[in-house]
Amino acid sequence: MGRKLLIDKAGVPGIRGYEVYRREGGYASVEKAMKNMTPDQVTDEVKKSGLRGRGGAGFPTGMKWSFLAKPEGVPRYLVCNADESEPGTFKDRYLMEFIPHLLIEGLIVSSYALGSHSTYIYIRGEYAWIPDILEQAISEAKAAGWLGKDILGTGFDLEIYVQRGAGAYICGEETALLESLEGKRGNPRIKPPFPAIKGLWDSPTVVNNVETLAAVVPIINISGEEYAKIGVGKSTGTKLLSACGNINKPGVYEIDMTISVEEFIYSDEYCGGIANGKRLKACIPGGSSVPILPANLLLKTAKGETRMMNYESLSDGGFAKGSMMGSGGFIVLDEDQCVVRHTMTLARFYRHESCGQCSPCREGTGWMEKILKNIENGKGKKSDIDLLWDIQRKIEGNTICPLGDAAAWPVAAAIRHFRDEFEWHVDNPEECLRRNYGLANYADPLVAA
Amino acid sequence: MIKFSEEKQKKVEEIIARYPQGKQKSALLPVLHLAQEEFGGWLSSETMDYVASLLSIEPIEVYEVATFYSMYNLKPVGRYIFEVCQTGPCMLNGSDGIIDYIKKTLNIGVGETTTDGLFTLKTVECLGACGYAPMMQLGKFFREHLTKEKVDQIIAECRNNAAANN
Repeated sequence: MGRKLLIDKAGVPGIRGYEVYRREGGYASVEKAMKNMTPDQVTDEVKKSGLRGRGGAGFPTGMKWSFLAKPEGVPRYLVCNADESEPGTFKDRYLMEFIPHLLIEGLIVSSYALGSHSTYIYIRGEYAWIPDILEQAISEAKAAGWLGKDILGTGFDLEIYVQRGAGAYICGEETALLESLEGKRGNPRIKPPFPAIKGLWDSPTVVNNVETLAAVVPIINISGEEYAKIGVGKSTGTKLLSACGNINKPGVYEIDMTISVEEFIYSDEYCGGIANGKRLKACIPGGSSVPILPANLLLKTAKGETRMMNYESLSDGGFAKGSMMGSGGFIVLDEDQCVVRHTMTLARFYRHESCGQCSPCREGTGWMEKILKNIENGKGKKSDIDLLWDIQRKIEGNTICPLGDAAAWPVAAAIRHFRDEFEWHVDNPEECLRRNYGLANYADPLVAA
Repeated sequence: MIKFSEEKQKKVEEIIARYPQGKQKSALLPVLHLAQEEFGGWLSSETMDYVASLLSIEPIEVYEVATFYSMYNLKPVGRYIFEVCQTGPCMLNGSDGIIDYIKKTLNIGVGETTTDGLFTLKTVECLGACGYAPMMQLGKFFREHLTKEKVDQIIAECRNNAAANN
């Protein structure tokens, strides 16, 4: 069993409340940081930890913090990205709902490191009951002296505010989030300038994911060096994974990135195997934007090595034969699922969520959805498959923000690995309405072995 | 003329105080949520103009935001809105069947409201409950692991609630 640093105590009765959280060692990292460390020392610990952003991009957090501009007399802001909206991802919700003080504690330490006196949690609007939980935790922390004026007699002031979004995936992109927090449409900004220079209300700003900021707590508690010893290579520490789709035990799991994908899917400690005794067909291992992999390439890399649940191993083979850790949204498809239909729902998602600023994304996402719907409904042409490929290529890299890429990649990977299934739909327009293509020649390597 | 209750007005002031001086436009999303709750579950142009006046911004600044975000309703809706997720992970767990069942049971299509004004059916994209699929949002909360039986129960619950609170 791997080490757990974030949600091991989420099941302790009453941990949502301050008393129990404090009794279990909560807020020790604030005491340690504020009493014994300078803000720069906190940032150094985060650098040493090797922590990578847990929102999906995996950018080193300490480096992001060190980019923050610190001109005299200009306020700086920390913004917590709780706009969790990537299909397959529901880990931040779990953390905020069941152990909210961990996030508040991480925000206090991080705000101290960055010099933010007003820190905002931007949470997706649909998580409508969670702001109450967070605001309760904030008021408890404030009553206990961890927030407000002159915290622990250090002269450091901090307030944390919760702001609800209103239904827009794009607001998970950090500059769109800042626009939204300023009361505007969530249109991503052109970078540079990066938020570290010009962010919220034109002030230097760091935007970090919920899980990233929560991870700062154990990093300060055990030291960056100790944290970096957990995991493997550049995948340090622990990672929350949200598993869903056709598995026996969907849910949120914390792993230390030393287990294999096979163990994650089949072990009773995690997903508990494929539901209803079926076979594994495919999986999107890191949220809907990352490439889907057929079972054989999921469990073993192209070189025949065991694929591990970490950043490096999941991306081994590049986009041709690998995928990405992404946000940790682990979506499993069993042998009876239709890849075309699944891809169509993702294309529909991205069309719905495109902000419409850039024409390749605005026009391309709708076009891809239309073609995929046709193929799925037995109205596709052979040439549609090449057309789809062509459209996704022309979206990728040609938009202001990564939503274009995120829309292109799932379509590209589905065609790359399941082209025969697309062709079967086109060749069998009536049969494809009655049954799914199934496993066909994508043999489950575990069964075949 | 519409106007927030005193309690809601206080809430608006509290929200505006979270931002630096002169950045009150930042309160727009939260205040639109409050307005939608207070004024019948949707945002009429009168409501949006009122919000603009509260925040000292132009009405167009409110319209462009209200039309961008999917949670703001721009026309009247039923008392209970079933917002059923249809994205990949929910689809893998049978959301299509749940949507069909609701359509048949309530005799409405997606985007429509029952003639008694009680129910509106909407399809939505991923709400972050993928491990508990299929699911829908109903008011402030999620209803998860949906089955036909569960949908029946929810409909009955709403009807009872409406009868009790008329």
